[in-house]
Amino acid sequence: MTKIIASLQDADKKFFFNQVLADINLTVKAGEIVGLIGPEESGKTTCIRCLIGMEDLTDGKAHVLDEQMPKRKMLSKIGYMGQEAAIYGTMTAHENMVFFGKLKNLKGQELKSEIDKNLKLVGLHETGSNKVSKFSGDMKRRLSLAIALLGSPKLIVLDEPGAGINPGLRLSVWNHLRTLADEGAGIIAAAQWMSGVEQYDRVVLLNKGRIVAAGRPEALMNEYKAASIEEVFINMEAVT
Amino acid sequence: MTGVGTIAVQTFRSMLGNVKMLLWVLLAPLVVITLMYLVFDVKNETDIRIGVPDTMDPTFTEGLPEDVEVLTYELTPVLDTLLDTHELDAFVSMEDKGLNVTYKNEDPPKTAAVEQAVETGVRAVEDERLKGIMAALPEEAEIPKIEIETSFLYGDSASTYFEKMFPILTGLVLFFFVMVFTCITLFRERTSGTLERVLATSIRRSEVILGYLTGLGLFVLLGTVMMVLYAIYLLDVTIAGSMIWVFVIYILVSFSGAAAGMLIALLSKSEVRMMVLILLVTVPQIFLSGLIPFDYIGDWFNNIGYGFPLRYAGDALTEVMIKGNSWSYIWNELLALALFIIGFTVLSILGLKKHRRV
Repeated sequence: MTKIIASLQDADKKFFFNQVLADINLTVKAGEIVGLIGPEESGKTTCIRCLIGMEDLTDGKAHVLDEQMPKRKMLSKIGYMGQEAAIYGTMTAHENMVFFGKLKNLKGQELKSEIDKNLKLVGLHETGSNKVSKFSGDMKRRLSLAIALLGSPKLIVLDEPGAGINPGLRLSVWNHLRTLADEGAGIIAAAQWMSGVEQYDRVVLLNKGRIVAAGRPEALMNEYKAASIEEVFINMEAVT
Repeated sequence: MTGVGTIAVQTFRSMLGNVKMLLWVLLAPLVVITLMYLVFDVKNETDIRIGVPDTMDPTFTEGLPEDVEVLTYELTPVLDTLLDTHELDAFVSMEDKGLNVTYKNEDPPKTAAVEQAVETGVRAVEDERLKGIMAALPEEAEIPKIEIETSFLYGDSASTYFEKMFPILTGLVLFFFVMVFTCITLFRERTSGTLERVLATSIRRSEVILGYLTGLGLFVLLGTVMMVLYAIYLLDVTIAGSMIWVFVIYILVSFSGAAAGMLIALLSKSEVRMMVLILLVTVPQIFLSGLIPFDYIGDWFNNIGYGFPLRYAGDALTEVMIKGNSWSYIWNELLALALFIIGFTVLSILGLKKHRRV
């Protein structure tokens, strides 16, 4: 049995009386890329934030690497990329990497090699010394991703990773994520409507805070007689 | 606690990277203080204009203080229009036995000054009459004159209203600017997602807060030094006590502003709420910091001020800058300021829980 990297068990989350998540069961195994797919306001971001312990669960349990979350120490094993680019505009790409690398407790030679490796991956190694404020939206997203991948985290959590990255580069990013997964990392990515759904080993469809379907992408499409994940949602609505 | 250093350096550097904002933040307080200087640095040169009919006893006009401008009118004019159109502060005419004074009274404090001037004139007339009576007396009588010798406990005769207000005003300006600046910087970190990303590492919440406070504090220190030097050397404000204490107090004021700003930025949900909170924290302090003596409302009202850091800052700065006192007179104010800083910081660390549970 492959190792479970992260899991949510019977997770409920309420903000006051507003039920944002209900009865979520979710696992991310080592070597696996999981897609968390759903429309806006479906609870994807909350789900991710609960998983890594930024939020408390109202009910249920969240685990990362067998430790119950929220636990501060575990955050050093997680690479997180939020919806915003989350980078400092007044600094260069390289300086941004150094800052977040240091926060991830990387030092000296290791820090340097990690930065070089990840900047190269997202195709920013030549523009690394440029100020981020001069970057295009696409470049900012790429830099943000490079920061999330710093320090080879065991669990990689990406909120809308594909948004705003151009198709050519997206493929190389996916390939790299696949390599990281093969090396034993667990990856979970939230997305709205996903093109390139074949990249996921497993998808979890989320709607109004509940998991409506889960499984291998092809299996789901067969089950709902759909050509894409979007159609799965549409056909599902038609049934209910 | 290596995270503190990392974040402090980062905060400081990202601010230095933004030259335009830097200039704004450093120069704006100087502009505000200069404005206050121009407004409050009045050396009692209120120009009073008094109108009199040409039948007026010359002793009265001559007896008026020198800085009073006297305009003589041949006919008794219509007072309402005259006071306004000729910008007179009062019109004085002689009746059989008494004076008939009409004040414009547009600005009550000025009326008080005019009243004083008129009284001086009246005294001159009375003196004149007295002399007439004295001359009629057979003996050579002389009224002994009373010599007045003036000395001041604090400051000198050149002390201006600005000097009294300077300690409190600068404290207020500094506090306000630092608070707004910190608030906006941190709120930006929130909206851009960098705060979230910082929190998504294993750094402690206390490291984040102390890091921001140190980074912003270093920057604010720069502004403080500039402001004090500007006031002393260019605006020529005299400081009776030691400069070291002046700096210590200003630094504590800046840090309490920064800590309060952080707390507000972390707690407010939107920019609008942030602005409202900033106003709620600053505006009461303007009135309650001792700038305006509220003795007439009662002690309880005045004492509300002791719930705000600026009250202590104002008291301490007044002790040092005007009365020339040092440590033994200001230690409890300094302690109170330090407690405010610690309190705001601890609350900020707790407030950060809203953004990350651990």
